[in-house]
Amino acid sequence: MNIPKELKYTKEHEWARISGNRVTVGITDFAQSQLGDIVYVELPAAGTIVNKGKSFSVVESVKAVSDIYAPVTGVVVDANQVLSDAPEHINKDPYGQGWIGVIEMKSEAELEGMLDADAYGHVAAEGGH
Amino acid sequence: MKKGKKLIFEMSRPGRTALDLPANDVACGPLDKLLPSRFIRKTPAELPEMSQPDLMRHYTGLSTRNFGVDSGFYPLGSCTMKYNPKVNEDVCRYPGLSQLHPLQDSGSVQGALKLLYEMEQYLAEISGMDAVTMQPVAGAHGELTGLKLIRAYHRSRGDNRTKVIVPDSAHGTNPATCTICGLEMFGIKSSEDGSINLDALRAAVGPDTAALMLTNPSTLGLFETNIREIAAIVHEAGGLLYYDGANANAIMGIVNPGDMGFDVAHLNLHKTFSTPHGGGGPGSGPIGVKKRLIPFLPVPVIDFDGEKYTLDENRPSSIGKVHAFYGNFGVIVRAYAYIRAMGPDGLRRVSEDAVLNANYCLSQLKDIYHAPFDRFCMHEFVLTSLKQKPYGIRTLDIAKRLLDYGYHPPTIYFPLIVEEAMMIEPTETESKETLDEFISVLRRIAGEAETDAALLKTAPNDTVVGRLDEVAAARKPIVKWTN
Repeated sequence: MNIPKELKYTKEHEWARISGNRVTVGITDFAQSQLGDIVYVELPAAGTIVNKGKSFSVVESVKAVSDIYAPVTGVVVDANQVLSDAPEHINKDPYGQGWIGVIEMKSEAELEGMLDADAYGHVAAEGGH
Repeated sequence: MKKGKKLIFEMSRPGRTALDLPANDVACGPLDKLLPSRFIRKTPAELPEMSQPDLMRHYTGLSTRNFGVDSGFYPLGSCTMKYNPKVNEDVCRYPGLSQLHPLQDSGSVQGALKLLYEMEQYLAEISGMDAVTMQPVAGAHGELTGLKLIRAYHRSRGDNRTKVIVPDSAHGTNPATCTICGLEMFGIKSSEDGSINLDALRAAVGPDTAALMLTNPSTLGLFETNIREIAAIVHEAGGLLYYDGANANAIMGIVNPGDMGFDVAHLNLHKTFSTPHGGGGPGSGPIGVKKRLIPFLPVPVIDFDGEKYTLDENRPSSIGKVHAFYGNFGVIVRAYAYIRAMGPDGLRRVSEDAVLNANYCLSQLKDIYHAPFDRFCMHEFVLTSLKQKPYGIRTLDIAKRLLDYGYHPPTIYFPLIVEEAMMIEPTETESKETLDEFISVLRRIAGEAETDAALLKTAPNDTVVGRLDEVAAARKPIVKWTN
């Protein structure tokens, strides 16, 4: 299972790449493998205010429709429009071209509650939540 | 498409027609004098042109590809695809019932109102509730109505409770209902044995708890034996209990939601009470409530003063209407006919036989398919493809292979808490021979998984259409014929 060391994770299987106050969000390799072929992504609109732990995107696979939760509170500043036509990027490259959105976070303190790669590895090994 | 069935558009030949229309014998002016120009087509519609015999053969051919409980065994877990006795169809077509108009004065439809009133009484007795509304037209619609009643009840006491607890084994409609109702869904994890985890429930309830939504028997086909304690935990926190009646076929005449401690319960007439469902619906999901929720029931409520039935709209605390008129009347008539034909003893036997049939099938299959919960089941049971996994076989492959043998597959990949689940509900209407045949086919498929896995991987092989590319269909659907 691919869990890059440099990223932060949530128990709900989102990853976050932090660069200053901008947080790029996607779903983990484990999440995409559990969901199966992704067929549709409801992208967050730029300017949307999101709250930590609340839904900010929806991913639909042949098996299920799943909420994607914002790992931090802030404002959506970008979304991966490529996914509208090619949602399969999430399956093929979950940490790269499969990114979903970028949130400009309000408070860096929220990052402290997030998991590192090792801790997330345990969550995924238990089969999720 | 396999086995050469053309689309109707491909069979079209210019100038052919299935009907000769008689000559027009009324005055007819130019079209642009009759219609505003924006409603007039610029190009003719591309309609297929066919002779009547070709047209008839086309549609008759398509109709033979339908699969229903009248054509074969349909063990679709949680859906209760029992046979629907044809007397139900006769009764609902009686002109005195089928030719009523919903806007008729209630004085001229006393028989219909009596039928609805009696139906409410029957369902109240079966569910152990104090009053019933027949308005909701589906199970999920009953859930929505029920949660609205629960919210209205709390609000009437100045209590704005918003949290609804739903176990992770629940039907997907339960969390969806919470969201549609503007309430907050709070999921709790089941215990290892698939039952409600009492500690998790105790930790979840609080002053914000509006309700617990629960199916009993659960979606695993197991009876929740701690139900009294579960009810006490929720009630002590000030919450109410909602009974998802999807699995009521297991309990009729033996135990009822009211006695279990539930405050609101829906019943699916199109499951438990043998009315058509799926494409043949429409459905009906009446709900029963305990006394304290009666003031909030949808209007109109049918009143009976000992002589006359009337429709009471004057209910100031009512949540309002949830459907036009009084629900799906024709469906209710079918279920009424069923209840009257079966009687109380018959309904009890329905549940006894449904449970017996499920346990018989489980006992004949659990050596060859993994049974995650090795105990007696209720009206349905869950197996998995764990034993077939070493051969690269998944539950989907087994389900697809069943199509080759002429069966509708069971529910698969549900409940979500069991990996590679298949959920089998034989219902009470099947004979031992039918069950034995199904069991032997499932055993044969387990054998094929070991010796000829490719056969399962490519299945269905003998159907009109083979294995569909669901991903392409979802990502790039073609929903319109184009030349």
